[in-house]
Amino acid sequence: MTPGQIALRALIVGFIVVLLFITGFAYTTLLERKVLARLQHRVGPNRAGYIPIPTRGGKERKFLAGIMQPAADAVKLFFKEDITPGRVDWYIYNLAPMLAVIPAILITAVIPLAGKVPGLVPDPYNYFAVAPGLNVAVLFVLAITSIGVYGVVLAGWASNSKYAILGGIRASAQMISYELAMGLSVLIPIMLSGSMDLGEIVEAQKGFWYVLQVPAAFIFSIAVLAELQRAPFDLLEAEQELSAGFNVEYGGMRFGMFFMAEYMKMASLSAIAATLFFGGYLGPFVDQVPALGFLYLTIKIIVGLLLMIWIRATFPRLRYDQLMNFGWKVLLPVSVMNFVIMAIVLVLQEEGALQPLVNTMVGLFGG
Amino acid sequence: MTLLSGSDTIQELTIEELRAKVGTGMEIADAEEHMLLSMGPQHPSTHGVLRLLVELDGETVVNLAPDIGFLHTGVEKTMESKTFTKGLVLTDRMDYLSPMSNNLGYILAVEKLLGVEVPPRAQAIRVILTELARISSHLVWLGTHALDLAAMTVFLYCFREREYILDLFEMVSGQRMMVSYFRPGGLWRDLPEDFIPAVRHFLDFFPSRLADYEALLTNNPIFLNRTKGVGVISAEDAVSWGLTGPSLRASGVKWDIRKAQPYCGYEQYEFDVPTQTEGDVYSRYLCRIQEFHESLHILEQALDKLPDGPIRIDDRKIVPPPRSELGHSMEAVIHHFKLWTEGFKAPNGFVYQSVESPRGEFGVYLRGDGGPNPARVHFRAPSYVNLASLPKMAKNLFVADLVAIIGSIDIVLGEIDR
Repeated sequence: MTPGQIALRALIVGFIVVLLFITGFAYTTLLERKVLARLQHRVGPNRAGYIPIPTRGGKERKFLAGIMQPAADAVKLFFKEDITPGRVDWYIYNLAPMLAVIPAILITAVIPLAGKVPGLVPDPYNYFAVAPGLNVAVLFVLAITSIGVYGVVLAGWASNSKYAILGGIRASAQMISYELAMGLSVLIPIMLSGSMDLGEIVEAQKGFWYVLQVPAAFIFSIAVLAELQRAPFDLLEAEQELSAGFNVEYGGMRFGMFFMAEYMKMASLSAIAATLFFGGYLGPFVDQVPALGFLYLTIKIIVGLLLMIWIRATFPRLRYDQLMNFGWKVLLPVSVMNFVIMAIVLVLQEEGALQPLVNTMVGLFGG
Repeated sequence: MTLLSGSDTIQELTIEELRAKVGTGMEIADAEEHMLLSMGPQHPSTHGVLRLLVELDGETVVNLAPDIGFLHTGVEKTMESKTFTKGLVLTDRMDYLSPMSNNLGYILAVEKLLGVEVPPRAQAIRVILTELARISSHLVWLGTHALDLAAMTVFLYCFREREYILDLFEMVSGQRMMVSYFRPGGLWRDLPEDFIPAVRHFLDFFPSRLADYEALLTNNPIFLNRTKGVGVISAEDAVSWGLTGPSLRASGVKWDIRKAQPYCGYEQYEFDVPTQTEGDVYSRYLCRIQEFHESLHILEQALDKLPDGPIRIDDRKIVPPPRSELGHSMEAVIHHFKLWTEGFKAPNGFVYQSVESPRGEFGVYLRGDGGPNPARVHFRAPSYVNLASLPKMAKNLFVADLVAIIGSIDIVLGEIDR
């Protein structure tokens, strides 16, 4: 393919994928509200829209009540008066929501969405993504998610509000505490697969999913929660302490953009976690019917989202210093240890030094 | 001090101007480097309309001054122009999470002033209802305290159980919250028939629900981190700052009005006064959790030996005659008329009566001057006194800890501002 064709294809596919993710974002909010409500003996939003199911009694049953809630929310956010508080730093104040939301969208570019679906995947590549074959995709993800924090910090700084600036400071402290542990845990799949291309990493998991490398998967999941500023690490918007933290001065769609950034990142980082550790789009019969990959990835994303919601419903929030302690004194050493041990094991394996051990084990436990 | 500002103007204030602006007379350690944060009166976790002026060094609380009075309603002054019976409804509005305790304290004071003793059935019913009120108030405390630490599910679970208790109150008094059920000389009415079975049902299911809350919090490492060693106050300090209730007992002082100066026949019931030794947020939590169990224990005993008999005294100068008599007794009509137009007259003198409300010692000072209205009423609101030690507890801790401490001393602003 010529570069022009590649660009055109990426544009079209990217447009569709981004639209899907934005719709997904809207329904992620509904999913969270509904599931959270269920966990807390509530009903959740059930006024906007439903699918009527006639019953014999004549009174129709309301199926999926609240299904139009995201649309109602979006309309509300778009039509609210757009207030800029006095004495804010106007440019940065307006730039911050964009800085938050653009990285969240950009991550979707490198997520491998399915295997080699005939007709959709051009020849040199063997998986489907907006930008397939990016050989530094993992680094891209790490870099882009880090940029996202600028949105939060700048929003806190520019809003001319004390609560907001406390939230912004917390965001930056939280970020540096978790990036390292996250980066180190991401190294494990890279070492195991020998590639930084997310598609290659998924393909390399055909034998076994890297979730078997439990410490790395666990650290990555915790770091993702911290990265997303989700409970129990939602310090920077700690409602009970800082009223709303960094976004306290934002309203209307500017607030909506922060919201969108958070929920889109939830979905896309679930996808990244699935890709790195849970076999991405892999699943039963995916070799025969590659299009099943879309389904499997969606299921894995939803499972990740449900986990986050469950955690939010269960745990109290950590304190600022406890979070930093946890990041620097627990997660970082554990991930370094894990990384070093993994590296040694891999080298020994390559040199064949582990073969006698494997033979003994086979001898002991039978082949 | 330079206020953080954007592009246009920068406002310079001297320390004196700042202090005048601040208005609470708080010491400001370093106006140049530290940030002054006004938390409240509209803030999610100041439990109402409390305003806290906080001097922050980063996120560390350097100085702190509570600013109260946003909910001032003039209850004490208003009561001077109401009869003793009508003043009762105002006490509901003070500690709105446990109106039964307020009613009881006030009514006991009135009865003490009049020198009357209510029948045993009325006393037992008063005990049952105030213990239910204690449970419901502690449920709100547990829910909001957990919510302050962002454990949002506990909050909704607690309110589910509280709703059941409020239904019980509605059953006896017709009101969920502003009950006004205790009256001078007894009760408004006798218990409805299905009240006792309903309370028994509550006693059946509540312990397992309590176990659920404990499963979510008591051994949760994040919760332990957030509460252990936070907001410590020693026993001596607690006594000298006048702390009462669970906040005092968490520091190791075994003081409970129900044991120390029994009222309403509390001496007939077997119960422990749970204490802890640490005096931190976690021990205040444990204390109140154990009080749930003790209240349930008292409720069981009170239900078991609930005596039969009248629920009011037979003094027509204080208690209105029953409705049935009004049709054929002229004397009853006169008494009724006198009581609802003028009210009963109290002797000249003053009394002080305290009860153990869910928050601590709720005291009522009441002075009569021979007329039908109290000459002076003053309430010793436990929240008001407990709040005073907040600056001491929160000093040099984080903002997040401050929120945890406010939750743990369990204040109700309606009672503080009165």
